[in-house]
Amino acid sequence: MSAIVLYMAGLAAIAGWWLSQQRLASKPWLEEGLAADFREESVSSVPAAKVGLGVFLAVAGSLFALLISAYSMRINMADWRSLPVPRLLWFNTGVLVISSIALQGAYMAARRNDLEGVIIGLLAGGASAVTFLIGQLLVWRQLDVAGYFLASNPANAFFYVITAAHGLHLIGGLVALGRTTARVWQGVGLVRLRLSVELCAIYWHFLLLVWIVLLGLLTGWTDNFVDICRQLLT
Amino acid sequence: MVDIPYQEVTGIPPAEVADVELYHPRSWWTRYVFSQDAKVIAVQYSITAMAIGFVALVLSWLMRLQLGFPGTFSFIDPSQYLQFITMHGMIMVIYLLTALFLGGFGNYLIPLMVGARDMVFPYVNMLSYWVYLLAVIVLAAAFFVPGGPTGAGWTLYPPQAILSGTPGQDWGIIFMLASLILFIIGFTMGGLNYVVTVLQARTRGMTLMRLPLTVWGIFTATIMALLAFPALFVASVMLLLDRLLGTSFFMPSVVEMGQLTKYGGGSPILFQHLFWFFGHPEVYIVALPAFGIISDLISVHARKNIFGYRMMVWAIVAIGALSFVVWAHHMYVSGMNPYFGFFFATTTLIIAIPTAIKVYNWVLTLWRGDIHLTVPMLYALAFIITFVNGGLTGLFLGNVVVDVPLSDTMFVVAHFHMVMGIAPIMAVFGGIYHWYPKVTGRMLNEALGRFHFWVTFLGAYAIFFPMHYLGLLGMPRRYHDIGETAFIPASAHDLNAFMSVAALIVGAAQLVFVFNLIWSLTKGKQAGGNPWGAASLEWQTPETPPGHGNWGKELPVVYRWAYDYSVPGAKRDFIPQNEPPAGMLAQGAHP
Repeated sequence: MSAIVLYMAGLAAIAGWWLSQQRLASKPWLEEGLAADFREESVSSVPAAKVGLGVFLAVAGSLFALLISAYSMRINMADWRSLPVPRLLWFNTGVLVISSIALQGAYMAARRNDLEGVIIGLLAGGASAVTFLIGQLLVWRQLDVAGYFLASNPANAFFYVITAAHGLHLIGGLVALGRTTARVWQGVGLVRLRLSVELCAIYWHFLLLVWIVLLGLLTGWTDNFVDICRQLLT
Repeated sequence: MVDIPYQEVTGIPPAEVADVELYHPRSWWTRYVFSQDAKVIAVQYSITAMAIGFVALVLSWLMRLQLGFPGTFSFIDPSQYLQFITMHGMIMVIYLLTALFLGGFGNYLIPLMVGARDMVFPYVNMLSYWVYLLAVIVLAAAFFVPGGPTGAGWTLYPPQAILSGTPGQDWGIIFMLASLILFIIGFTMGGLNYVVTVLQARTRGMTLMRLPLTVWGIFTATIMALLAFPALFVASVMLLLDRLLGTSFFMPSVVEMGQLTKYGGGSPILFQHLFWFFGHPEVYIVALPAFGIISDLISVHARKNIFGYRMMVWAIVAIGALSFVVWAHHMYVSGMNPYFGFFFATTTLIIAIPTAIKVYNWVLTLWRGDIHLTVPMLYALAFIITFVNGGLTGLFLGNVVVDVPLSDTMFVVAHFHMVMGIAPIMAVFGGIYHWYPKVTGRMLNEALGRFHFWVTFLGAYAIFFPMHYLGLLGMPRRYHDIGETAFIPASAHDLNAFMSVAALIVGAAQLVFVFNLIWSLTKGKQAGGNPWGAASLEWQTPETPPGHGNWGKELPVVYRWAYDYSVPGAKRDFIPQNEPPAGMLAQGAHP
């Protein structure tokens, strides 16, 4: 359970930092009148949707941290038979990186009020995300053909579940991306869309980060790192 | 801690929210059924939670009948008994308490108490309720599937949860897991709303340290729930895959009915870790909103400011954080490294410190207060007593050496019913008697309320006090029939019969409560806007019940904390949060 405990400690640190900005040591029973807390005013200028996304990412992050915790508890048992890593996974990772870059491009174009750039970015991001998903399905198919069925070994089961969880999150993101693209098509002004594009880009970067961590775990190239951490802890 | 210099500023106008931001219902359906108004969603949540809660109440009657009078009721067989325990526990903890505190009280009170027009994402909020309703329907449907609901115990421990021999192995467990998954999805939608509303939609002047403690409790509990429920989600999905697709996340190789199963190598302990990583914070997810509600109730009905507001806030945050590092105290008997046992026992006992601070502060708030023994106040006092009771037995069970012999006895059942059954329900009732006038514009009937209180309070003690004693005798929990056992004397059976009669009476008294809720809706005394003389913002709405958008044209501006009661020199014994200081009124600032 160390992964989730570390994750929670990280969140606790962020929450502690935020709380330290909130005048928690003030004495409200003595303070009558309007609080001249302009810091507070500036916080509320962050759009609610962005804060909402931030909270959601914390929740989604804890889901993945828990999956990683379960994975790392299970991997030490005797019956674990690691999967081969299909080469296609590396190609998929590249596609996901491109997708993230494209959406970042769309966001930057939106800030420049460059409509064409936004459309190109959104479409390229969407198309490469769909390519990634198809690629993941092909990976599943390859493993299945090679006899690595879901139920035949816990390593397989974890592989399918973790990739599915990541994929489902990406599909959710595609729904939001689709809506944003549709609104561009309808001619909604760029100023009003900037936030939606930005949120999509943030979500994509988050999923890319999660994917890289998961990939490191599933392919085993973080094993050395985990071992070093374990030795430090013991 | 960053200390921002505090200065008095006059003349900041109240924020006006453009009308277009609010969603306006266009038909009866979107006003009362598919409503996006948090107040309507709150009532929907509450009614649904209480309805399914009544099912759980009837299940507890059936269990008590069997325990009190074994062999008398032939229609309760051992499998059904296990199904009753499982469904009773799961419904009460998750579908009643969690949903009622966060979905019900949270939806109603957060926007009103922070001075917002509504939740920040009303559409998602509406969706949250309908997904919750679907989860409840799926859960209830389990009663009607072949084999009935699962009887695995509310902890759903594998391997027994999905093997034959446990009732509901065919369909019940699948429905249960599906329902949990739906509940978590629905809750996440609602929870995002509660958190972001508190962060973003507070009105002018409403700093975090001016929030009523109810909001602090619900806010912290929501964050905890958002982070803890994913553990149950992961556990449920994996268990569902084990059951449906034959994976072995949690299933070791097991012989079932003389046959080796297809499973192999899974770890049941992994499930326990995931489950309790959710399960222990869950205790505080229902306790923190109760703490907040009780703080407000005591302050209002004792006409005194809450003692140690800052400490109360810090304690809520500390409890929230600590509750994530105690989960394995539920697993002392599952086997673990003794150092882990030591660690988890220590963290568990440390939680007693912030909790005790809260209890002291409640008592000190009452000290020399002008205590009005209204029905909400009676419930608040009952909460404190009950919570202390359950908390003390928690200290017993938090210690490994004491826990091991008491594990799986009725002592544990008595402990957790006191601390997270009776105590939060007292807060729920207190809260309902307190805020019903705001929700409906009418008071609940006082005489019926007192009757309901005394029967529920004394009855609950008649059930659960003797249960501690049965536990110390060694009477195991989850047994359909104790039978002739050398170490359990005949008097224990008499005690069981007594507790069962008490349980029947307490259950029946809840019908009086429901009658009161319905009767007072039309026949209750007119409440007016602020019947209790409370200072917090929800009592200062221009209309009662509050209209769509809560505040009329202008949002309120907050000038003080929520606990200005019996202020020396003030003309009334409370000063509303949105009342400007006397000096500002003289300068002609906005009233």
